[in-house]
Amino acid sequence: MRTQRRGTGSRAPLVLVLPAALGLLFLVLPLAGLLLRVPWTDLPSRLTEPSVLAALRLSLLTATAATAVCAALGVPLAWLLARVEFRGRKLVRALVTVPLVLPPVVGGVALLLVFGRRGLIGEWLDRAFGITLPFTTAGVIVAEAFVAMPFLVIAVEGALRGADTRYEEAAATLGASRWTTFRRVTLPLVAPGVAAGAVLCWARALGEFGATITFAGNFPGRTQTMPLAVYLALENDLDAALVLSLILLVVSVVILTSLRDRWIATP
Amino acid sequence: MRRRPFGTALAGLAAAMTLALAACGGSDTPAASSSSAGSGVTGTVNVSAAASLTESFNQIGKDFEAAYPGTKVVFNYGGSSTLAAQINQGAPADVFAAASPATMKTVTDAGNGTGTPATFVKNQLVIAVPKGNPKGVTSLGDLVKPGVKVALCAVEVPCGAAAKKALDAANVKLTPVTQETDVKAALSKVKLGEVDAALVYRTDVKAASADVDGVEFPESAGAVNAYPIVVLKNAPNATAAQAFLAYVLSDKAKAVLLAAGFQAP
Repeated sequence: MRTQRRGTGSRAPLVLVLPAALGLLFLVLPLAGLLLRVPWTDLPSRLTEPSVLAALRLSLLTATAATAVCAALGVPLAWLLARVEFRGRKLVRALVTVPLVLPPVVGGVALLLVFGRRGLIGEWLDRAFGITLPFTTAGVIVAEAFVAMPFLVIAVEGALRGADTRYEEAAATLGASRWTTFRRVTLPLVAPGVAAGAVLCWARALGEFGATITFAGNFPGRTQTMPLAVYLALENDLDAALVLSLILLVVSVVILTSLRDRWIATP
Repeated sequence: MRRRPFGTALAGLAAAMTLALAACGGSDTPAASSSSAGSGVTGTVNVSAAASLTESFNQIGKDFEAAYPGTKVVFNYGGSSTLAAQINQGAPADVFAAASPATMKTVTDAGNGTGTPATFVKNQLVIAVPKGNPKGVTSLGDLVKPGVKVALCAVEVPCGAAAKKALDAANVKLTPVTQETDVKAALSKVKLGEVDAALVYRTDVKAASADVDGVEFPESAGAVNAYPIVVLKNAPNATAAQAFLAYVLSDKAKAVLLAAGFQAP
């Protein structure tokens, strides 16, 4: 049972409020800088540019597909880490977080070495099925999923550890198999955690740059996502880059807040 | 009741921010160690240079320091447009060497250069292919053959603009599999075997000659990139900056640049 913590102290202590406000300022100021510098008059015409729309569509599509991949593979992985005792679990948990510390560009090179045309698996994929991932939209999804999956796994594992295992034990006592228990008891129990993890994962995938450009390259309409378009626009047109950044920012904030309200019960 | 402490916090926050900003400003003041007395060339020279100059400028920097004891050359390598943006936003640099006149123009147009930029080398495009040239590429026309994957630079960056010029001149309609953000990225796609060819600078092929071969093509003559260099207006160490620029234009430096695959201007 969770106790309602709000309202316990009548005043928030300054020693917490001050760093909190500074922290907020630190996060919001660059955003404000961006907003102040955006050429607002350009916005409508930029928004309807086919190349911008193509990049935006591709970004939303790939981030969503990557999140689906991460959920399909990451939730079972989180369950394994939280519920099954096995040797080397600590090592596996550390390995799961590797993409978090790996510079994304290095992640992209690593993906090329495995899934590239001459890669460990890629060479076989190419010869056996004629499938090549680099420079394709599927490649973008692979790159984004690689970088974003740890966010989902960590969030779901945390939720699983925090969940009361007695419900699962009760289900098992009543004769439910482990799969049924997972499906009917565990998953509904940690649904908010899965949703939170999926949202984080989606946001990370949407902003992905380094692994994508390295593994999937940059081709408009096929692998050029919004962050890549922003980077290239920065080369010779700062205003265009700012407008593109703003569009990406607004779309992601709108989607994230609306999903948050729907999925995650705010305490 | 809950408003008041937050108000106090805001006031405190404002005070803290002012203090923090003041502290930052204080530590940012230059130590003024670089410009010692007299007209002697000494101190640190900060050089912002295009990434393709890395190998040759490292050597030239060492030679310069040996020729002028008491000097230290610090390089900031990067994409020309990124460097130009940094300079125009007030980054403290003494010398700027760009990979294209167009990029240099953004700096001089903003009034951040002194005098007319000097062109010190030229760089030409070649076709980079994996060692041994497995697809037998001998001309630009071979790049559009079926089954040949090609990486180009995006037209927004100098190597991409040059590639477009060369392809247009040859009347070759080429669809690459990727438009890379800089020339080194395009080259690494060849090194990793992900593409069969890429249009890169001759100097890049020379620097990576262990992994790739270069195929020269006649149309590249019409798409040569000139490299301009200039002393910046707000150079903290203008004397040494002028000396460095003169050194880059000297025969000794030219020999280093030509050995790296650059062409005389």
